Amino acid sequence: MPKLTINGMEIEVEQGTSLIQAAEMLGVEIPRFCYHDKLSVPANCRMCLVEVEGGPPKPVASCAMACGEGMVVKTDSPMVQKARKGVMEMLLINHPLDCPICDQGGECDLQDQAVAYGMDRSRFHENKRAVKDKELGPLIETTMTRCINCTRCVRFSEEIAGTPTLGQFHRGEDAEIGTFIDKIVDTELSGNLIDICPVGALTSKPYAFKARSWELKKTESIDVHDAVGSNIRVDSRGNEVMRILPRLNEDVNEEWISDKTRFAYDGLKRARLDRPYIRDADSGKLKEVSWAEALGVIAAKLKTIKGEHIAALAGDLADVESMVALKDLLESLGSPNMDCRTDGAKFDPTNRAGYIFNSGIAGIEEADHIILVGTNPRTEATMINARIRKAWLERRVKITVIGPKAELTYPYEYAGATPQDLEKFVKAHAGKLKAEKPLMIVGAGAFQREDGEALHKVLCDSADKLGLIRDDWNGFNILHHAASRVGALDIGFLPQAGGKGFEDIIAGTKDGSTKALFLLNADEFDARSSIGWKTFVIYQGHHGDHAAARADVILPGAAYTEKTATYVNTEGRVQMTHQAIFPPGEAKEDWKIIRALSEALGKTLPYNTGAELRKHIQTTWKTFAETDVLNGEKWGTFGEKGKLSKDAFVSPVKQYYLTNPIARASKTMQECTGAFAANTSAPKIVEAAE
Amino acid sequence: MNSYARSFLLVEIAKGFLLTLKYMFFMPRVTINYPYEKGPISPRFRGEHALRRYPNGEERCIACKLCEAICPALAITIEAEPREDGSRRTTRYDIDMTKCIYCGLCQEACPVDAIVEGPNFEFATETREELFYNKDKLLANGDRWEAQIASNLAADAPYR
Repeated sequence: MPKLTINGMEIEVEQGTSLIQAAEMLGVEIPRFCYHDKLSVPANCRMCLVEVEGGPPKPVASCAMACGEGMVVKTDSPMVQKARKGVMEMLLINHPLDCPICDQGGECDLQDQAVAYGMDRSRFHENKRAVKDKELGPLIETTMTRCINCTRCVRFSEEIAGTPTLGQFHRGEDAEIGTFIDKIVDTELSGNLIDICPVGALTSKPYAFKARSWELKKTESIDVHDAVGSNIRVDSRGNEVMRILPRLNEDVNEEWISDKTRFAYDGLKRARLDRPYIRDADSGKLKEVSWAEALGVIAAKLKTIKGEHIAALAGDLADVESMVALKDLLESLGSPNMDCRTDGAKFDPTNRAGYIFNSGIAGIEEADHIILVGTNPRTEATMINARIRKAWLERRVKITVIGPKAELTYPYEYAGATPQDLEKFVKAHAGKLKAEKPLMIVGAGAFQREDGEALHKVLCDSADKLGLIRDDWNGFNILHHAASRVGALDIGFLPQAGGKGFEDIIAGTKDGSTKALFLLNADEFDARSSIGWKTFVIYQGHHGDHAAARADVILPGAAYTEKTATYVNTEGRVQMTHQAIFPPGEAKEDWKIIRALSEALGKTLPYNTGAELRKHIQTTWKTFAETDVLNGEKWGTFGEKGKLSKDAFVSPVKQYYLTNPIARASKTMQECTGAFAANTSAPKIVEAAE
Repeated sequence: MNSYARSFLLVEIAKGFLLTLKYMFFMPRVTINYPYEKGPISPRFRGEHALRRYPNGEERCIACKLCEAICPALAITIEAEPREDGSRRTTRYDIDMTKCIYCGLCQEACPVDAIVEGPNFEFATETREELFYNKDKLLANGDRWEAQIASNLAADAPYR
């Protein structure tokens, strides 16, 4: 534990800490470009120079120098100031200074540091260097002349993303960043290159020239495109989301987000449901109506139907508040028929430890043997895949895959694709897995099959046999894919006593036992072909997608950027989104719609404000009492004994960029599908409200 | 005593008339026949706004939004997106002349001398709406006043 002095302040740090980190702990700011605390240290920008007394008689790069016993460091001496000024002058020699037309302007490290440490004029009178721009796909705009060769992007794509497509070529003044062969950056994390670039060399293509950082309203929120619940910041101007950026949360997404999270926001502006519709009985077409009329039509219809013939399904993007309101409404109508597993998944939801990511996402870093069952984390939860890669990169953790053979960003041992292969693996390794903290990740796809519950039992037993469960370690993890799923399971949005599940409800629409069906954001199954034509379908959601096209009444709801709502991620972490903009047109916050409907039905729900509803949720289910914490769940048994089929596991994500209505409506995501997955064709968007 | 005499003899009145007579017949004229004659204005005069073009006809404005950011009256509204050739241009450039306080900060902020406050001060309108200038109006102003704006800028350049 070396002890050193920085600017007269003493600090004791761990062996191997660099000077820049020690300074950061003390709150001493050292300017930097190439150094990034999540990436390796190349020490090539030289901006972080400091003076070490008694050391060499020259400035030292603080990012690459480890703290030593008794060092006396000065970060603001005349020598350091002179060195910084010189470095800054060198960096600006070839920088175009086109800040007024650069999208990084206003949030640029080089701009800020040039103001703080640079000179006020240039002494360089020769011609500046010009570099050809590179084509990096539909997401990243390049202006390579602005590049200062910090190589953060090269290190990011190599280390974090695991797709080494970028590199640095040539030497000296000719040095430039590019792709080895003309290849686009084919990774689901490519948007993070924009964030880590300290200058405007890599900027966002969809956001190009649209807004300036200083005119945006920043709202901290949560992502809903997968079940990771990445922490995001929604930047909006007026009533429009301009961009989405990651927010630091070391336990969930660190400081990265996936491309879908970052770029699907333009889907929020297209194919939106902005007013209530009812289907005209004569023409069979949807027509615009007022809220009062739409609710009146539903109330009139539901009053003629018995409770047991009413059913509700909650889809992937539904928030906890609206699901609680819907559940309460159904109970007051006397209906036990409700389900949240619209992907057809079958598992036993009685034990919470049986359906959440018990170790936590950060727990992946502690694991020493990771077993992936029936999942392709790269497409189902990109941030979790990045964590697994981090664990592999740091400790070369052993990874075994049972399930779809996919191109992951780390090497793995392949052990078959079927449930039988899983049983074989468990048998071979039962009790003798050479691991202190083994960890198993089971994808949502593993349960989307007939033998889902039997498989759940097998997984429960395997967890015990493989030693995944100890007093201080629970390595049994379910990786959900829908943002709403764990929240829905926690509040029990499941068939109540004597109620019907997803498949029975859908079958009921054909045989007449489901006479009215309420779809809350349920877009992930083909509603038009599977729902019988006699059933009265109410759709509440924000996009004109599959389900809205079949609906008899459409109630326009709010998307995740437009409401303050609770979501529970796959770990069981309760998180809140915050309203950044207002829903378009007549659309309303989701739980309010259900509350209004309950009043029209004469069964008024007992909460009038969001705060009252959330209080009701917190007192009814104790897991919602605290946000952003993980409390370990007690292990138990779950699943039902049954016969396993021999079908291979499949991942539930067929097209990564088009997994929900927002992404399907997004032009950027469609372009990505075209550019990155040329083999698969993008399905056309269904626009219900023509 | 003296003051009583002065007030009875109307000395102040006589002095006033004398001054008037002096200016009427013996001094140079100071009033001007306004709509037909105009007083001189400084090259720094801050009048009606104009968006300038380069000599080749290309609009100067690059949509950096610095004028929008600095405007203390929040009179400027800009929206931008890439033009077909990929360059950064405004799709909307509005100035609400009823909000504008003619402080000239927009032209100080402009890195390409695109937005300027020209020498024109005679732009009174009959309706309020006519004072909501859009990009077309501002560019037309620029085209009309370019010669004088350019000479004003050149005249002021040595002092900046």
